[in-house]
Amino acid sequence: MERAENLARILEVNETFARDERGANDWLPILKLHRDEDPFFHRYERATSEGVVRFYIIDAENPNSIISSVRAARENARSIRHLTSLETWVQLNVFYNWVASLTTRNLRLSELARLCGRIKEGVQLHSGIVTGTLYRDQVWSFYRLGVFTELADQVTRLVDIKYHALLPSWKDVGSPVDIAQWNALLRSASAYHGYRRVFPSGMTPTTVAGFILLDPRFPRSLPHCVSHIEAALDGLLADDDLKDISFPRDSLEALKALTARSPDDVIASGLHEYVDDVQVALLDLGAKVASTFF
Amino acid sequence: MFGGDGSPARHTEEIRERMRLMKVSTLQRRAQQSDRELYNLGITFTVYSDRNAIDRVLPFDVIPRVISRDDWHHIEQGCIQRVAALNHFLHDLYHEQRILEDGVVPAELVLRNPNYRPEMSGLDLPHGTYVPICGIDLVRDGKGVFRVLEDNARTPSGVSYVVENRHLMMRAFPDLTDKVGLRQVSDYGMHLQNALAEIAPPGVDDPKVVLMSPGVFNSAYFEHVFLAREMGIPLVEGRDLVVEDDCVFMKTTGGLRRVDVIYRRVDDAFLDPEEFNPESLLGVPGLFRAYRAGRVSLANAVGTGVADDKAVYAYMPRIVRYYLGEDPILQNVETHLCREREGLTYTLAHLNELVVKPVGESGGYGVVVGPKATRAELEACRARLEENPSNYISQPMIDLSVCPTLIDGSIEPRHVDLRPYIVTGKKSWVLPGGLTRVALRKGSLVVNSSQGGGTKDTWVLE
Repeated sequence: MERAENLARILEVNETFARDERGANDWLPILKLHRDEDPFFHRYERATSEGVVRFYIIDAENPNSIISSVRAARENARSIRHLTSLETWVQLNVFYNWVASLTTRNLRLSELARLCGRIKEGVQLHSGIVTGTLYRDQVWSFYRLGVFTELADQVTRLVDIKYHALLPSWKDVGSPVDIAQWNALLRSASAYHGYRRVFPSGMTPTTVAGFILLDPRFPRSLPHCVSHIEAALDGLLADDDLKDISFPRDSLEALKALTARSPDDVIASGLHEYVDDVQVALLDLGAKVASTFF
Repeated sequence: MFGGDGSPARHTEEIRERMRLMKVSTLQRRAQQSDRELYNLGITFTVYSDRNAIDRVLPFDVIPRVISRDDWHHIEQGCIQRVAALNHFLHDLYHEQRILEDGVVPAELVLRNPNYRPEMSGLDLPHGTYVPICGIDLVRDGKGVFRVLEDNARTPSGVSYVVENRHLMMRAFPDLTDKVGLRQVSDYGMHLQNALAEIAPPGVDDPKVVLMSPGVFNSAYFEHVFLAREMGIPLVEGRDLVVEDDCVFMKTTGGLRRVDVIYRRVDDAFLDPEEFNPESLLGVPGLFRAYRAGRVSLANAVGTGVADDKAVYAYMPRIVRYYLGEDPILQNVETHLCREREGLTYTLAHLNELVVKPVGESGGYGVVVGPKATRAELEACRARLEENPSNYISQPMIDLSVCPTLIDGSIEPRHVDLRPYIVTGKKSWVLPGGLTRVALRKGSLVVNSSQGGGTKDTWVLE
């Protein structure tokens, strides 16, 4: 579900904010962000707005599209239906049926912002219902582990690609185009209002990337995600049934160490390498959870 | 809703009064809202195809089918008696086989029956309960008499619709359901769970019960979820269970946990690849071994299919008398066995008046309705009968009772049947009412969901 919301946000932002100097919208970066160029060009000729939007919203053959993600969420929910609240299932079911009913007609660019808004709302409603009704036992802990692992992965990927795509050349710094791009990045991450609380004026690559990735008060940052991951794991290990389970904490400690670094330090020693380290640690953590508990 | 002489039955008076106050358009609107709700709630059959999961709502008709207190008492007693006979019969078949020795039921009907499981021979079950969950299909004939059409002693389904339909009715029609003396069905889960605990292996305190499902891709998965939820028990698949030292364990995040009773919605053949179909991915290797060792109980028992067979059905009245020394409270539909000479002769002589059914099929398939068949269909049927008579039985066409049904904005009569559910642990309990299936197509007698049937809420009044 997080994946679907993230996609909706990125598509919306791209439509509204990301335009190059001629005012034309470029949709190729989104494909690059998700490393989808190969699968996309396999079946679509050009990276037009119609094609990319279709690819990411209603294309069932794209395993990462919104329809595929929501379907997977619903099928997962179906198999654990008896462990979640009725409201959780109903909302997911209704939401999925709506997404499945979308056709290319609904994807017109003039309607895109509204459509993406509805998709985001559907996911946020899901989160709200789960937070409000799910009994706080193992199901909750595993759910939270999943959510925050996904969010951590998304934020590192977003910043990594965008940062390198947007690295200013000497003639662009401070120009209107430049600011618009960084603005777009902040909005893609729903970070704009938070950023302005910390940096009332000005934007540099380091402050923007640093804020999104590492400000512990920004709800999608790495430190924030990792603290929730740790809380979920602690919750699991405190469960009566799991008292005797031993869980290797090395990848968690590695993640915590990574999130304790400063933006300047990260940028100086290489953002790309940093992001790689984070993603490796996340994967490792996931593998350890699977082998320990399942 | 009408009595034998065509006049409205007294017990439905209150309900008809309330319905009279409702416009058909109101009925229609609430029916559409209910449909929407069924879809949203996922009370559906799911048909899986290549990349899609298509949810189909089982059509629900909002006009309830009402059963009088006296009629219900008769049905209830008849069902309890019938289940008792089934349990005795199964115990006997898997032990001394007295009934076969006494020639009351032909031996080869049992011993050559593909659902007869010789592996069950000699195994004693707690309370001798082979059929903890039974669904008996009843029809009401032209004289108003309820008759048994079929027994379902393996994995009878549909009870989830009974309970969900009732909840739907109560939400959509509070004006109809309020204070009308309607007997509740919401305690089905509790009764079932108690019965399952009662059939646990002896000596187990606080038996652990689980529900074993073939998984998400089974079209009745909704019911499996429903039942697990109602009973508050884990829903597992074969791969979640493991057998060690002839004991059954469930894999949990905290390690292995012992399982004592399994309500399994997986057919016998797929239950244990070690014992039955070796290619089954739905079962648990060693499960039958644990069962024979008395370390786990199964609901329903393995091998009950020999008792709900369409050919064995014809002998049920005799079976009831043999074990209980009583006349059957519920009669069978008159049945002719084509494996017997008189049965075949009679059938061939009256082909255009009878309904011919293959013994092994379900879902209403392969049935030829004589009075409605073309000459070509009758000729084909005759040929099949002559070629393989043992595979067929015939019954007169029952003028099934009808019930007012909402069809496209007007109220019309449609044929219905009834499936009460009987839960047995130490003793039997019958869910008040059961599943009423309605044939939605005009004049049709086929109520199966797979062929255009729907359901109604069934009301038993106090």
